Amino acid sequence: MSDTNPERPTALEELAHDPGSRKEFLRKMGGGVAGASAFALFLAACGGDKKTGQGSTTQQTDTAMKEASGDLEIVNYALTLEYLEAAFYADVVGSGLFKGAQLDLIKIFGDHEQQHVDALKATAMKLGTPADKPNTKFQLDSAKSVLELAATVENLGSAAYLGQAGRIQNKEVLAAALSIHTVEARHASALNTLLGKSHTPDGAFAVPASMDEVLPQVQPFIVN
Amino acid sequence: MNQDTLAADTLAAVEFDELTRSSFILKGALVAGSVYGAAAVGPFVKTALAQTGGGDVEILNFALTLEYLETAFYVKGQTLDLSSEVMSVAKELADHEQQHVDALKATIEKLGGTPAAKPAFTFPITDQASFLKLAQTLEDTGVSAYNGAAPGIESKEVLGAAGSIVQIEARHAARIRLLNKVNPAPDAFDKALEKAAVLTAVKPLIKA
Repeated sequence: MSDTNPERPTALEELAHDPGSRKEFLRKMGGGVAGASAFALFLAACGGDKKTGQGSTTQQTDTAMKEASGDLEIVNYALTLEYLEAAFYADVVGSGLFKGAQLDLIKIFGDHEQQHVDALKATAMKLGTPADKPNTKFQLDSAKSVLELAATVENLGSAAYLGQAGRIQNKEVLAAALSIHTVEARHASALNTLLGKSHTPDGAFAVPASMDEVLPQVQPFIVN
Repeated sequence: MNQDTLAADTLAAVEFDELTRSSFILKGALVAGSVYGAAAVGPFVKTALAQTGGGDVEILNFALTLEYLETAFYVKGQTLDLSSEVMSVAKELADHEQQHVDALKATIEKLGGTPAAKPAFTFPITDQASFLKLAQTLEDTGVSAYNGAAPGIESKEVLGAAGSIVQIEARHAARIRLLNKVNPAPDAFDKALEKAAVLTAVKPLIKA
């Protein structure tokens, strides 16, 4: 699992077209749960229940293993999206397209995404192996098109977090995801407002997006 | 932009260390409390908590009470002399909060619970500035309230609904903050507030 293989973008592409390959994709991203750290995690999850019989312990182990595996998949998915966002804002700051208050805001948002990356990476390390940072490329033509792309990415990111909330098993991981989810929503709201669009395009209830809906939309930003 | 250390601390506060997490929440509670002064948790809290048999219904009734409050606040706001931009936001947000009220009531009934009764409210708002200032506090507090309560929700369906609502509260908070010309997203991680802290913060707005 130590490979930093160049096949990652291909894997993402594959994933975008074939939801069935998601597990394989995440394995390639370095998100496998095998190894001592995951073992330690599910042992911790089982607690000090030493009186449990052999068969039941195995069952609990399987369940804890499955839960940790699911959460790691979700955390690495979020980490990949945050890597994309952080890289995007870094490119935008470097593009020289913005100045003044808008540049300040972009720097703040970029700093948030970097903090999300760091937090999710640390969480993934507690659960297993974090996903690698993807290579990215963004079309940065004009201030307006960049703001539109930023709004698209933030709205998508908000929907992506919402789409995973009900799938997260660990309460602490859920709490962390929720605390990031609403910050992505704040970003999306502000960018929509700057563009003269509705800050709540879904109305009174935000609409979630699944991994299978989100990944094809971010795939164009991943390069070999 | 290397902030590994800082972010790791932030993460620890949010996630894994119970002690640190508690002080993190306490800090949030103090911020919320400082807005109106640290009032003791009074009869209103007992009323709110006594409504149901606990679990998801209790959490939903807590959310319902906050949404009642927000709806009433934006309705009251519309009686003030507001700019056309602020008035249109007040109308839109009142409509959203009312939809949240309706959805939460329906969910509570579906779960076999009894929706909390709507309290009477009082809002110390007299003009656009005081309206926007309190709006910002209410929306930010609403976000933290949902984020604090959500991990305790048992039903995946209810959690999804709460998530769908809290995202809208966060969008409102950012919109209001832009009207106040302040940072729409003041932190990389939105704080989670425990129920008692939220109720303490909003208690002065509940008529005795």
